[in-house]
Amino acid sequence: MINWFKFASPASFYPLAGKLWPWFAALATAFCAAGLWISFFVAPTDFQQGEGYRIIFIHVPASWMSMFIYCVMAFWAVIGITFNTRLSGMMCAALAPTGALFAFLSLWTGALWGKPMWGTWWVWDARLTSELILFFLYLGYIALTSAIDDPRRADKAGAIVALVGVVNVPIIYFSVKWWNTLHQGASVSLTKAPSMATTMLWGMLLMALAFWMYSIAMSLYRVRAIILEREHHAGWVAELPEMQR
Amino acid sequence: MKPRQKRLAIVVGGVAAIGIAAALILNAFQSNLVFFFTPTQVASGEAPQGRAFRIGGLVKEGSLQRTDITARFVVTDTAKEIPVTYKGILPDLFSEGKGVVAQGSIGPDGLFTATEVLAKHDENYMPPEAQAAVDKAHEASRTLKQ
Repeated sequence: MINWFKFASPASFYPLAGKLWPWFAALATAFCAAGLWISFFVAPTDFQQGEGYRIIFIHVPASWMSMFIYCVMAFWAVIGITFNTRLSGMMCAALAPTGALFAFLSLWTGALWGKPMWGTWWVWDARLTSELILFFLYLGYIALTSAIDDPRRADKAGAIVALVGVVNVPIIYFSVKWWNTLHQGASVSLTKAPSMATTMLWGMLLMALAFWMYSIAMSLYRVRAIILEREHHAGWVAELPEMQR
Repeated sequence: MKPRQKRLAIVVGGVAAIGIAAALILNAFQSNLVFFFTPTQVASGEAPQGRAFRIGGLVKEGSLQRTDITARFVVTDTAKEIPVTYKGILPDLFSEGKGVVAQGSIGPDGLFTATEVLAKHDENYMPPEAQAAVDKAHEASRTLKQ
């Protein structure tokens, strides 16, 4: 049985994260190379959209990631409030920029696709608007936590934003089912067979895996910087080999 | 109750309360969150009167007529139909039998004058050969039925 609480201490999580992140970064590179190769060279053109559809290989995985990272932040927020662990707040803070990046990518690639396919860059339909709100929630989280000087209080305030905002995630996901939207329904879902060609699906899943690995690597890398910043008074930080210069 | 169980209960209760509040708000705004109205909804008078709104549906097969830059077509949801006129450039994905969303207003004669036409793409992605096979299969089932 692993003693999870051991790793809740920044002093023991710091070296673990240091050992893990290069592996995830390497996996991200490998999956990304394979995914992009399938996306650009193997996957067939679409019968209706031609080559323009290839933006989904970035758009869909980025959108999934932006929603999932927010759920992970909400998870850490619950842990942080319940157990008063310092690391959970740091994990939240480490995840937020990556989540914001993916939300932005999702909106941006969607606009680039929307112009030629729909005939407009942007419409205020439920799917697009709720994703924009998610992007603003990430920015709001980052702004609020950086505005409070005391990191413990910043974490608590941030945790509340993460928990309140998580209501938006199911709204994004189900928006295309609940309302008439210009955005199409899901091509891939857990409940029905995917409505796209198999090679296209493979490209998309590989890209999704690449984005997962990238997110894990980046948040582990970033949490190490946050740990050093917040614990720089602690004795164990002074004893680190990278501090002996 | 231990303090941490109490905190967990507060978090769970808080999220549940926000969730219920959000559900109620969304339910109240239900009609305003609708991006477009279907021809059936328009026929039953659900669409707003006297101001611009959007209609959505399929472009009826064989209904598209172009004169100069004015396009006339029929939007259908297979139950009701609305004739639409539009002056301007249609998006690339616009074609008969495919989804469309048009913004504009409806005249007393029932003709919908669109100021903007957007193509609504569906969730199906496939190579051209697969589409040809699907069309063929449809054709075959149609001949079998006759």
